[in-house]
Amino acid sequence: MAYDKFQILKSTAVPLPIENVDTDQIIPARFLKATERKGFGDNLFRDWRYNSDNTPKEQFILNNPIYKGKILVGGKNFGSGSSREHAAWAVYDYGFRCVVSSFFADIFRGNCLNIGVLPVQVSAGFLDKIFKAIEANPATELEIDLPKQTITLLATGAQESFEINDYKKQNMINGFDDIDYLTKMKAEIQEFAENRPF
Amino acid sequence: MSTTLFDKVWDSHVVRKIKDGPDVLFIDRHLIHEVTSPVAFLGLKSRNNTVLFSERTFATADHNTPTINQHLPVEDPLSANQLKALEENSAEYGISHWGLGHQKNGIVHVVGPENGITLPGATIVCGDSHTSTHGAFGAIAFGIGTSEVEMVLSSQCIMQPKPKKMRINITGELGFGVTPKDVALFIISKLTTSGATGYFVEYAGDVFKQMTMEGRMTVCNLSIEMGARGGIIAPDEKTFEYIKDRLYTPKGAAWDKAMDYWKTLTTDADAVFDKELTFDGSDIEPMITYGTNPGMGTGISQNIPKAEDVEGGVATYKKSLDYMGFAEGDTMIGKPVDYVFIGSCTNGRIEDFRAFASIVKGRKKADNITAWLVPGSHVVEAAIKEEGLLDIFTAAGFVLREPGCSACLAMNDDKVPAGKVAVSTSNRNFEGRQGPGSRTLLASPLVAAATAVTGVVTDPRTLL
Ligand code: SF4
Repeated sequence: MAYDKFQILKSTAVPLPIENVDTDQIIPARFLKATERKGFGDNLFRDWRYNSDNTPKEQFILNNPIYKGKILVGGKNFGSGSSREHAAWAVYDYGFRCVVSSFFADIFRGNCLNIGVLPVQVSAGFLDKIFKAIEANPATELEIDLPKQTITLLATGAQESFEINDYKKQNMINGFDDIDYLTKMKAEIQEFAENRPF
Repeated sequence: MSTTLFDKVWDSHVVRKIKDGPDVLFIDRHLIHEVTSPVAFLGLKSRNNTVLFSERTFATADHNTPTINQHLPVEDPLSANQLKALEENSAEYGISHWGLGHQKNGIVHVVGPENGITLPGATIVCGDSHTSTHGAFGAIAFGIGTSEVEMVLSSQCIMQPKPKKMRINITGELGFGVTPKDVALFIISKLTTSGATGYFVEYAGDVFKQMTMEGRMTVCNLSIEMGARGGIIAPDEKTFEYIKDRLYTPKGAAWDKAMDYWKTLTTDADAVFDKELTFDGSDIEPMITYGTNPGMGTGISQNIPKAEDVEGGVATYKKSLDYMGFAEGDTMIGKPVDYVFIGSCTNGRIEDFRAFASIVKGRKKADNITAWLVPGSHVVEAAIKEEGLLDIFTAAGFVLREPGCSACLAMNDDKVPAGKVAVSTSNRNFEGRQGPGSRTLLASPLVAAATAVTGVVTDPRTLL
């Protein structure tokens, strides 16, 4: 088993209504120098979160104690740019288990699924509802039900379903990952390799 | 059956199809570097797995390496530690390793093609999103995360849902002073940074047929900047000419056999794409970006668009221009610049330095410009010297550095200071990409050269 099992998550959420949040913002390159997967949460959104003298930027959402929770809600095209899995690690290490957006960049989405962070893609309209609900009341809770593939704004009952392929869904629910699967295929892969021209 | 080039290559690598899930895709060649591989090796060890086919993985050090004094020990202890991890892991598992100072060392996407690691019809992955570069040879190549690096090490496979297919045709001819970089920035400005998300893009049409292999690499390299999984161009005589006799290219009978296969790698005439776009090459002018993502680009003679004329949120757009210190409607030409960077896997090949030399020859570097000229590899560096370009650079007041990723991601000391403006031939202009607070204008080597000699954003067509 590679990571925590994910079934139903009920939590408040942190809103980040900015579009095209790229992985260089999620974790700047200068923090990629570790050889172990540790402590990346401290540098999540580093340059938006801290001034160059390491004092917190008060107006940034993660520095506002009113907003907390295990769900990060981002604007359209979240996680674009660099393939660095460190971005997903930073999101996880900070304490988020789910990222909600109206659109995800491919590699970031895949990286999240591989480490046990659930990317939930909702319609632009629903995303807007979430942002408005949190703005009106930061204590607003969201419920993500992975087995049912639904996301619900608990205050109003507004609900939407989201897509995830069945293989990945079962992995997340059971805490399995792709390596568990692939290592069982070794003989089949070796045979395949023999027939490759190069 | 009429199929696309992409389908032919992808389908021939599927080991197993998972119902309602991804395909298990066999990876022919895997490139690794010091930044995204150490945790993958740790994972491998903690699961008691080993490297399944060590001869299919190739290591080079590039992301955090210094670009001066490479013969001395690396000063930054964290970078040194990553380099050491790469060297030790490669040795432990019998993986080819081109470390700092090795004559084959260079940026992973430059040394792959140089050494015939990159081949038509191959699947190639690397823990770096610009792996899409290798698609220029008719390979399926894309960037992966560290968990996937571990998958490839332990099983030579990754699990991927098959992307949708898009074809981008550029017809006609490119105008004077217009380079492959401009073609790519033009496409991204039309599609936005998410316009090709979920797609694998085939580039077709006369403009790509005419293009050199270096140019095709530049275009495929930037596919990721419009969200695409990768880009691919059908191999042709130019491709075969380029790869022949390189270190890892098949030789003799194996070459003949491979050629029979490679010649089948084209999209059938009646194949259908999920999306198809066509542009006219003569509509493209030298490009430059003005914002904080590569989609925020414009023809160099144009003004910065108004917020209401661009797609996407007004607040995000304004935040971006604020960061750059620019205003809607500003002209780009004449904007003051502090730094010029030529290099990276996007524009760090010999052809790029030839283009740069064509403008700086007989001129002088502007006093207000700090210039970093960073070859993509030692092979490129050697060619620069051999072709006499170094003499041109030196006479014009430029210094040539040693190979590496350098200011493309600023993990080493090549950082643009906060608030300073850089014209850069690299691939990303995100906030802080070239150093905290840095402001990046992406452009071609010609625009970079013109700017380097005038000190302000300059249309290269006025100097050619
Ligand atoms: S030059 Fe830049 S984009 Fe290319 S491999 Fe290096 S860091 Fe990645």
